[in-house]
Amino acid sequence: MANVSIRNLNKNYDNGFHAVKDVNLEVRDKEFLVLVGPSGCGKTTTLRMVAGLEEITSGEIRIGEQVVNDLPPKERDIAMVFQNYALYPHKSVFDNMAFGLQMRGYAKDEIDKRVREAADILGIGPLLERKPRQLSGGQRQRVAVGRAIVRHPQVFLFDEPLSNLDAKLRVQMRVELKRLHEQLETTAIYVTHDQVEAMTLGDRVVVMKDGVVQQVGEPLELYGQPANRFVAGFIGSPAMNFVEVTVSGAGDALWIQAEGMRVRVPTEFIDRVRAHAGKRLTLGVRPEALRIANGSDAGASDYSFATAVDVVEPLGNEILLNFRAGGVPMVARVDPSLRVKAHETIRFSLDPERLHFFDAASESAL
Amino acid sequence: MLIERKWKKWVFFYLPMAAFIAFTLFPFYWMAVTAFRPDSELYATWRQPNAAPLWTLHPTLEHVKGLLQTTAFPTWLWNTMLIAIVSTIISLVCGMFAGYALARLRFRGSEFLGTAIFITYLVPQTLLFIPLADIIRGMQLGNTPWALMLTYPTILIPFCTWLLMGYFKTIPKELEECARIDGATRFGAMVRIIFPVAIPGILSAGIFAFTLSWNEFIYALVFMASADQKTVPVGVISELIRGDIFFWGQLMAGALLGSVPVAIVYSFFVEYYVTGLTGSVKG
Repeated sequence: MANVSIRNLNKNYDNGFHAVKDVNLEVRDKEFLVLVGPSGCGKTTTLRMVAGLEEITSGEIRIGEQVVNDLPPKERDIAMVFQNYALYPHKSVFDNMAFGLQMRGYAKDEIDKRVREAADILGIGPLLERKPRQLSGGQRQRVAVGRAIVRHPQVFLFDEPLSNLDAKLRVQMRVELKRLHEQLETTAIYVTHDQVEAMTLGDRVVVMKDGVVQQVGEPLELYGQPANRFVAGFIGSPAMNFVEVTVSGAGDALWIQAEGMRVRVPTEFIDRVRAHAGKRLTLGVRPEALRIANGSDAGASDYSFATAVDVVEPLGNEILLNFRAGGVPMVARVDPSLRVKAHETIRFSLDPERLHFFDAASESAL
Repeated sequence: MLIERKWKKWVFFYLPMAAFIAFTLFPFYWMAVTAFRPDSELYATWRQPNAAPLWTLHPTLEHVKGLLQTTAFPTWLWNTMLIAIVSTIISLVCGMFAGYALARLRFRGSEFLGTAIFITYLVPQTLLFIPLADIIRGMQLGNTPWALMLTYPTILIPFCTWLLMGYFKTIPKELEECARIDGATRFGAMVRIIFPVAIPGILSAGIFAFTLSWNEFIYALVFMASADQKTVPVGVISELIRGDIFFWGQLMAGALLGSVPVAIVYSFFVEYYVTGLTGSVKG
């Protein structure tokens, strides 16, 4: 069990590509930390540098108290689960799981005990004699996880381990991984491009883009208080709606305007918006912060606008309404009991407490 | 599956296939028939009554016996076998390491090196034997099996390296990364994980190298002088064609016996061979 600390980590490839830029992270002991971001954001490179599979250009990585910059992977006491499972095709499931222990010179009895223990935890006991090609995707995934846990390493590293599974199995394995982590209490770093996976698995989530850490925080913190427009748009599905707005008015009555939309600035934002007067702003609205206004909401009309719905997506537990407002396509997530037809004109009201404002130039949150 | 008319399959698949097989196998058939045909039939004209030019009416073992008793054929067979096996092993070992390095290690000039190795493979043996002969003479290896055991790898190593490099590239690199995290060194991961996984590729390279050395003619002709050092292809040609007399029966018997070991090797590993040339590894 150990914490992992990453300081000023950089990775430059020979072709000049700067994949990881000054990354600083503290992974606490027993924590499940998720790195998330679009492809090419440097999350996998960061993980591979922790694993020792990629050389560090500059910076420092510590596992526990030890600086591991120049240690080969085998001396870092880590285990890694790969996206394509990387099971040794010529070895049986048992030998796949035992390989790491054999390489470290464990006694035969101990190897046998540990492999069977891990197999029981993962429910792959009956498969131990099979070869990887005789297993289904989910079973291979379990073997790959089993191979990691038999060694009782200080840190688990996961590189998009669920990406090759079909949607249903992915949800199931996600829950199992979470349960497993609670049972084993081992520090884990998990890389994914799927924000749902990141939110459900992570104790804390690191959002990366273009090699730079955008925000580190607990899942709901990222969702509720995104540090910038990128994080706001990346976390949450359907994504947050963004509208370019201009500010008008004076004193305590500031208004933001966009095509077909005029909304009052909520009191808590007035100071911050005024400080940005004259600059372009972006308004961010989560789909669930948009409600269909009804007659009794008259007082809230400062926060409402009318528009025609293009497409209705009835998903069962919710309905997604697609429409255009402020010159951009937007989505609202509404209660399934509401009956809305396509092309119907509707008045939407914004929840003033759940609005986000971003500087349009720097994209950081106000 | 597309549904097609039966006659189409016959016309476009079975008939061309049969013609192709007949065309390829006919020389082998001719070799076998000639080897077992008595001289009286061999040299008879086709117009003679009862002539059977395409098969034999009186099969005989006289040519095989003659070959084994009057020539050094068993010695040639042994020489060929020994030389082929040793040069195959040398080439495979070098090819495995070189192929791995070119496929996996990133080092300055690795691409140039790969191309350079390929170019050496393109230099024709008919040119290369001249400088090589000088080297062999200088090292006083002429007329010893070492002359061939050490020169065959000059053609075989580039070939094995290229074939294996291609095969190693199809093996996901995560396999050895995982092995290295599991506690193996780079070398250990290569030997314990990559080589076992690459067995189909290694076997195909080995079979090909073995066949090439088994059939090699020009180096064997130039570097080997005495009858007891010769290999089968050279021995058969140089000892069974005397002046302008061709001992057809014995020549063909020699060719037949000489091709048997290669055929056995092929049939034994044919499945691996095919996957080695066409297939890849799935994780």
